[in-house]
Amino acid sequence: MKKSSKLFEGFVHGIFLVLGLVTIACVLIITVYLVASGIPGIVEIGLTDFLFGDEWASTAAEPKYGILPFILTSIYGTLGAIIIGVPIGVLTAVYLAKIAPSSVKNVMGQMVSILAGIPSVVYGLVGMMVLVPGLRKLFDIPDGASLLAAIIVLAVMILPSIIKMSVTALEAVPQEYEDASLALGATAEETYFRVSLPAAKSGVAASVVLGVGRAIGEAMAVMMVAGNAPNMPDSLFQSVRFLTTAVASEMSYSSGLQRQALFSIALVLFVFIMLINALLNFFLKGEKKE
Amino acid sequence: MNSIITAQDLCLWYGQSQALKNINIQIPERSITALIGPSGCGKSTFLKTLNRMNDLINGVRITGTVEYNGTDIFSQDVNQLRKEVGMVFQKPNPFPMSIYDNVAYGPRTHGIRNKAQLDEIVERSLRDAAIWDEVKDRLKKNALGLSGGQQQRLCIARALAVQPKVLLMDEPTSALDPISTLKIEELATNLKETYTIVIVTHNMQQALRISDRTAFFLLGELVEYGDTEQIFSQPADKRTEDYVTGRFG
Amino acid sequence: MISRSRKLFLWTVRCLMGLAVAVTGGITLFIVFYVLAQGLPNITWELLSTSPSYLSDRIGILPDILNTVYIIIATLVIVLPLGVGAAVYLTEYATNRRIVSVIEYAAEALSGIPSIIYGLVGMLMFSNNIGTSLMAGALTLVIMNLPTIMRNTQESLKTVPQSYREGAFGLGAGKWRVIRTVVLPNCVDGIVTGCILSVGRILGESAALLFTAGFAHMANGFFEGLGSAGATLTVALYIYAKEQGEFEVAFAIASILMILAMLINLSATLVTKKFQRRKK
Repeated sequence: MKKSSKLFEGFVHGIFLVLGLVTIACVLIITVYLVASGIPGIVEIGLTDFLFGDEWASTAAEPKYGILPFILTSIYGTLGAIIIGVPIGVLTAVYLAKIAPSSVKNVMGQMVSILAGIPSVVYGLVGMMVLVPGLRKLFDIPDGASLLAAIIVLAVMILPSIIKMSVTALEAVPQEYEDASLALGATAEETYFRVSLPAAKSGVAASVVLGVGRAIGEAMAVMMVAGNAPNMPDSLFQSVRFLTTAVASEMSYSSGLQRQALFSIALVLFVFIMLINALLNFFLKGEKKE
Repeated sequence: MNSIITAQDLCLWYGQSQALKNINIQIPERSITALIGPSGCGKSTFLKTLNRMNDLINGVRITGTVEYNGTDIFSQDVNQLRKEVGMVFQKPNPFPMSIYDNVAYGPRTHGIRNKAQLDEIVERSLRDAAIWDEVKDRLKKNALGLSGGQQQRLCIARALAVQPKVLLMDEPTSALDPISTLKIEELATNLKETYTIVIVTHNMQQALRISDRTAFFLLGELVEYGDTEQIFSQPADKRTEDYVTGRFG
Repeated sequence: MISRSRKLFLWTVRCLMGLAVAVTGGITLFIVFYVLAQGLPNITWELLSTSPSYLSDRIGILPDILNTVYIIIATLVIVLPLGVGAAVYLTEYATNRRIVSVIEYAAEALSGIPSIIYGLVGMLMFSNNIGTSLMAGALTLVIMNLPTIMRNTQESLKTVPQSYREGAFGLGAGKWRVIRTVVLPNCVDGIVTGCILSVGRILGESAALLFTAGFAHMANGFFEGLGSAGATLTVALYIYAKEQGEFEVAFAIASILMILAMLINLSATLVTKKFQRRKK
C-alpha cells in the first residue's frame, strides 16, 4: 500500500474512533456537570438536612431546603404506578403473546405503539382536563390535582413499555415447556401463568424496572396533574411535588442557594436513575443467560 | 391381556394432506409397544393423537374413534385424559424451575397442596424414574443444571407424578448419549410392571430390545402390527421386511 | 372434569385478562378520540398561519410549527454523522471487546436519563454559553437521540453480509472505500428508522427544551430562528395549557401532535416492513 493511502486510512480510523467515543464523553460530561453543580448546594445545606429535612420553603424569609417530601412522593408515585400498571400490562401481555388471534394481536400492537408515541404533555393535558376534575367529583375533594392523579397518569404512561417487553419475553419461551405442561393435564391458562410467565420472569422483571425508570423520570405530565405543592405525601388526595417537578417548577425564577438546591435535587434524581439502570442491566443479563 | 387403547378407522388430516389412514390397533395393558417407521410415516402423529396433543395444531381434522379404557377420548375432558395418558418428549424439556417444583408441578396442578403429600409424591416419582439417588441432595436446584440424560429421567418422573396409566414416549433417547439411552431403556422395562408404554423410536435395536409389540407405519398407514419378535424375524409384509432389515428408511 | 377450584382459576384469569386488555385498549381509544374531538374543531387556517398577537387578541401557532421543523432539522443534521459514525466504529473498526461494551453501556445509560436532567445539563452546557435558543435545544436533543440513531444503524450494519465486505476488499479497495461504497449504502434502512424514531422523540419532547430553547413565539427564518429562543409545538402546548389556560389552542396542538405521532408510527412500521422484504 502507498504511504499516503495508509496515512489516509489511519486518519479515517481516527475520526471514527472519536465518533465512537462521543457517547462515552456525553455520559461523563453529564455526570461531571451534575456532580459539580449539585454538590455545592448539598454542602451548604448539609446532607442530612437536605435529604431528610421534611420541609421545603425555598422562598421563605428563612428558607428551608428539605427534599424528603419530594423523595417520598417520587417513590410513592412510582410504586403506585407500578402497582396499577404492572398487573394490567402483564395480563395484557400474556393475552397478546399467547392467546390473542393474530388480528386482535395486530390491532392491539398498533394501539400500544400509539400509546407509546403520545407526548407526555398530551397525557398531562388529558389528565388535567378529564382525570383531575373527575377525581374531584368522585371523591368530593377540593382539588383533584393530587398524588392519585399523578399515579394514574404514570400508570398509563408506563403501560406500553411493560406490555412490549413482556410480550417479547413471553414469546421467547420455548414451546416445549408449554407442551410439557399441557401433556400433564394442565389447561392452557394454567400453563401460561404457571410455566410461561415464570420462565419469562427476567424479561418481565426488566420491563418493570424500565417502567420504574420511566415513572421516576417523568416531569411534564406529572407537573400538570400533581398540584405541585411541596407537601409530605400523607394522603393520595394531597397536592404533591415530585423530584422531577421540584426541579422544573422553580428553575425559571430561581437564584443563589435556591438554584443550587435545585441542581442538588437533579443530582439525587440522577443517582436514583443510575441505580435503576444498573438493576435493569442485571435483569437483562439474566435473560440472556437463560 | 386387556387392551387399554383401541383405535378404529382413525384418519387424520393436516389441512388437505392426510397423515393417518384408517389406523386400527389395540394396545395391551402393562406392556411396551414400539411404533417404528421412516420419518414422516405418521407414527409421531399417531402417538400425539392418543393424548390429543394434536388438538393444539390448527387445521387438524380427525375421523374414526380412539377409546381409552372403553371411553372415547374425544368426548372426554382433555385435561383428565392427559393426566391419565402422560407424555415424554423427544428433547428433554424440564421447566426452568427447581427439580422439586418440576415434579410437583403436575400434582399441584391437579389440586394437591399438602406439603407432606407432595414430598412423598416427589420422592416416589423420582425413585420410580431411577434418578432419586442422583438428585436427592439438590432438589431445590434448578433442573436445567442436570445433564441431558438426567433431564430426561426427570421428565419421566414429572410425568409419573400425576399417576398416569399410560406413558407415551416420543423418541425419548434420540437426543441422548448411549449410556443415558441404556438407562432410559432399563427404566422403561421396569416401568411396564405398572404402566403401559407406547414408544416411538427410530432405533430398530431399541425396539427389539425393549418392546413386546411393534407397529410398523408407512406413509400414514399401519402396515403391520404384532409381537416384536415376529415382526423382526418373520414379518408378514414385504415392506416391513425391507424396513427392519434396513433396505430403506 | 377438572375440579371446581381449577375452574375458578380459569375463569378468574380469563376475566382479568379480558379486563386488562379492555383497559389498555379503552384508554388508548379514549385518549385518541377525546383529543381529536376536542382539538380538530379548533384547528383553523388562521391558527396555523399566524403568530400570536396581544394587540389583535389572536393566537397563532405558525412560529411553533416553524420552530419544531427547525429544531428537527438542526438536531438530525448534527446527530446523524455522530450516531452513524459511532455505529460504524463499533461494527467495522473496534476490535477491543472492552471498548465496545463500554460504548454500548454508555448509550444505554444515555437512553435511561430522564429528559428533565437533559434539560438541566443542556441549560448549563449550551444555554449558558450560546444563550437560550433553538440551537441550544437542538444540541441537547442531539445527546438524547444519539443512542437511538446509533443503535438502529448498528442493528442494520450487523445484517450486512460479511461476504459483501470481503468481496470489496478482495478487489483491493481500502477500508474507507469499502465502508463508503458497500457498508453504508446497505444500512440505509437502519438510519431511516432511527431518524423516524428520533423525529417522534423530538416532537414529543418538552422537559428538555423548556430551559434550553425557551418559549418565545416569534416567527423567524431558519438561521435566525436557530439563534433565538423559541417554543416547539409541545412546549407551546404546555405553556398554553398550564400557564395561560388557553385550552382550545392546547387541544388543537395536542390533536396535531397526536396525528403526527400516529403518522410516525405508521411510517416506522412501513419502513421496517419494506426493508425486511427487500433484505429477504
